[in-house]
Amino acid sequence: MKLIFEKSQAGRRGGELPKHDLPAAKVPDALRRKTPPRLPELAEPEIVRHFTELSTRNFGIDTGFYPLGSCTMKYNPRVNERLVMLPGFRDLHPYQDEDGSQGALELMWRLQEVLIEVSGLNACSLQPAAGSQGELTGLMLMRAYFADRGEGDTRDTIITADTAHGTNPASVTMAGYKLAKVETDARGNVDVAHLREMVDEHTAGLMLTNPSTLGLFDEHIEEIAEIFHEAGALLYYDGANLNAVCGISRPGDMGFDIVHINLHKTFSQPHGGGGPGGGPIVVRNKLEPFLPVPAVVKDGEHFKLDYNRPKSIGKVRGFTGPFGVFVRSYAYIRSYGPRLREMSEVAVLNANYLLARLKESYDLPYDRLAMHEFVLSARSLKREHGVSALDVAKRLMDYGFHPPTIYFPLVVPEALMIEPTETEAKETLDEFADAMLAIAREAEESPALLHEAPHARPVKRLDEVLAAKRAIVKYGFDDHPDLSAAPQEPRQLEAQKGA
Amino acid sequence: MSYLSLTERDRGEMLAAIGVSSVEELFRDIPKAVRFGRELDIGSALSEQELSRHLEELAARNVDTSKELSFLGAGIYDHYVPAVVDTVLQRGELLTAYTPYQPEMSQGVLQAIFEYQTVICELTGMDVSNASGYDGTTVAADACFVAKHATGRTKVVVTEATNPQVRQVVKTYAPGFGLQVVEVPHRGGATDPDELRAAATDAACIIFQQPNFFGVLEPAPDLAAAANDAGAIAVAHVDPISLGVLEAPGAYGCGMAIGEGQSAGNYQSFAGPHYGFLAARQDFIRRMPGRIVGETLDVAGERGYVLTLQTREQHIRREKATSNITTNQTLLALGGLVYLSWLGPQGLREVGETCMSLAEYAKRRLAEAGVESVFPEWPTFKEFAVRAGRSAKDAIRTSRERGVHPGYALGRDYEGLDDALLVAVTERRTPADIDRLVEALAYR
Repeated sequence: MKLIFEKSQAGRRGGELPKHDLPAAKVPDALRRKTPPRLPELAEPEIVRHFTELSTRNFGIDTGFYPLGSCTMKYNPRVNERLVMLPGFRDLHPYQDEDGSQGALELMWRLQEVLIEVSGLNACSLQPAAGSQGELTGLMLMRAYFADRGEGDTRDTIITADTAHGTNPASVTMAGYKLAKVETDARGNVDVAHLREMVDEHTAGLMLTNPSTLGLFDEHIEEIAEIFHEAGALLYYDGANLNAVCGISRPGDMGFDIVHINLHKTFSQPHGGGGPGGGPIVVRNKLEPFLPVPAVVKDGEHFKLDYNRPKSIGKVRGFTGPFGVFVRSYAYIRSYGPRLREMSEVAVLNANYLLARLKESYDLPYDRLAMHEFVLSARSLKREHGVSALDVAKRLMDYGFHPPTIYFPLVVPEALMIEPTETEAKETLDEFADAMLAIAREAEESPALLHEAPHARPVKRLDEVLAAKRAIVKYGFDDHPDLSAAPQEPRQLEAQKGA
Repeated sequence: MSYLSLTERDRGEMLAAIGVSSVEELFRDIPKAVRFGRELDIGSALSEQELSRHLEELAARNVDTSKELSFLGAGIYDHYVPAVVDTVLQRGELLTAYTPYQPEMSQGVLQAIFEYQTVICELTGMDVSNASGYDGTTVAADACFVAKHATGRTKVVVTEATNPQVRQVVKTYAPGFGLQVVEVPHRGGATDPDELRAAATDAACIIFQQPNFFGVLEPAPDLAAAANDAGAIAVAHVDPISLGVLEAPGAYGCGMAIGEGQSAGNYQSFAGPHYGFLAARQDFIRRMPGRIVGETLDVAGERGYVLTLQTREQHIRREKATSNITTNQTLLALGGLVYLSWLGPQGLREVGETCMSLAEYAKRRLAEAGVESVFPEWPTFKEFAVRAGRSAKDAIRTSRERGVHPGYALGRDYEGLDDALLVAVTERRTPADIDRLVEALAYR
């Protein structure tokens, strides 16, 4: 379809502004814009049609099943969208005086209290804008904590698992720490023996996802926590997989000191095609003085912003965080109340049911009960029929499903990481399982069907190497290059994603 | 209320297929000592009606801009958001999608991001834009990271007239990046290019804001030149709504342009979620943080869009990535794209001109009432600082008693400005609104 710029006609316009009978203000010549930006020029009906057409070329959780592992693609309730648009939330300025923002501050305080209870820790900051920013904030807290104890120079290393999300090592670098990687054992747990060798006086902490990205609960979590705490180090919990354990097991009780929670995963903030998200962090008492400012606190019956935190790391984002995300997640949590436990139970039940239906037809690297997600491998399909995880993923599109996460975690070759979430009906799970089984048969009988998939999407497989090589990252108007002038065999050398 | 579908019968069949007798058994790998032994204490479950009432009550306790005439700005602005933005952002296929990892499922979002990148490049005069950052503060920290690696230098310079929250976030990130942050004071409301030039020696980048935090139009080309003279990357923090009337940073020598996108297409929403933008010259394309969408072809030779240059990113490069960012603010950036498409170039210029002429009217009327500008020698855009003739806090209190929030108390961030208010005038205000402001502020 055409780009919006290709639909533009000079002189056409959408919105108009109120007119006032006031003198025009002068911009000094040196600062005045000389060439207008080439924004699209369309009337409003064409704008609506353009974006509606774009939406029809996209697939969301509203469209269908979206078992993207580690991304927790659950239903996003519509009442939450209505509530976030209440003028008292939508049109509230963040510098409104405290007496004019009591409702917003109370909502944030209440959300903090819930997250504290769910994580089993003591203090919360809602400020980080996403999970990876929560990670970075957590590592900054570790730095501040150890610097305060005079151990800042010695403790320079963070340990992550080889199954970790890519954000973990990237955050470690951004926080100025050295990285060490612990291996996974034969049952899919952290290799405790390896861990013992690694932890010493230079260790600042561990970053761990539990259940892991393999969808497995680490059976040695108490022992792991003990190793770190005995060494005077801290434990960080990557909350990406919290949807498995709400009300069932709490990170604080597992021994973690810092947790981030992905509000756009467990607590249903719609992800909007890439964001927004929310990455609040919850910590043990001893880390509270270092949390970002301002803190949202309750003082008698009054809620206020407390900037007086002399040991604070500072600010990681503007103001107090993405408030609209808090409204939606708070609403989601209050809908369930203590039934959050049932939410997690059903997420785990759905995952294990799908696993039971699929494990005969795909390789299962760790044959255990899964938590909220599980990882299969297309290794045998690849070896026997030349069909890869990518081919399976693309073929699933023809059956009307969003593919799972593929090629992640890295420790599993040809990985297919499947997370159904709790909001799916059994019929949906059955249809998906039927499709996966049919694809496994197709791999044997007509592998070309898979290699050429998808057949029923707005585009066929796209050449990612060409995209990276030419790096056309904006429309060039009259000079826009015509890629089709040099057709090539599409290649997909760039690795597919990890969540 | 829950959003679960399983019936008792479903559960029974599923447990049987798994080969366990109870849901409890599914959790057998969790050691007993770390199991949670009671019910979560988070309030009882609410029906949709009860939930709505609860949140409506909370919302009603806020004083939003429909209840009080507001001249608050200082980084977040009450610009008009057209209905078409809400309509597009509520399309479920866009609203409820994840990051477009599978391009064949995500052409809508991918093309929208490509169009957004184009619009940001057009506004800023840059060659490449990412798919958005968290907000207008974190993109400044991102820019420092790019500059450090591009120049090999470890000092960054930020002008004091840059939004204090932006400076605070840069300072919070800096130790991890191995960067020192130097601030250059303002001189009577604007930055002195010579002073900046001296500070820019050995700096990776200098960050300045245009219009600056006081609303003042900085001598931006001179500031960029000062950076370039020292071999530092000039980074302009700009307000997208100003770029119909103010020159694009790319046209006066900046290497990067960053900013808070909220003013263009997002509600105030108590500060989020919004989108930050980060655009740069071609030289920095492989150092950019975050997602970037590129054009390509499919097997049949049809045009399509994919996430590209992914070898910069955390899921490939892990600890060697250019950033840890994954989630960004795509939906809010889409709001920006829809809004800017709705305005078009003429509309964007008119918004800027309208804000400016209303702000000039407000300045003049306030001065006539004895409320003088703090920095009268400098031109301003939509925001300006005035002396309230008493503590700004008092002025806000008495003014709010008259239903008008007159602005932001600059003394929160700047010494010697305890009596100063930062007044923002958007196109949503009318001359009559401004007359009410004058009346409220003039009242003792």
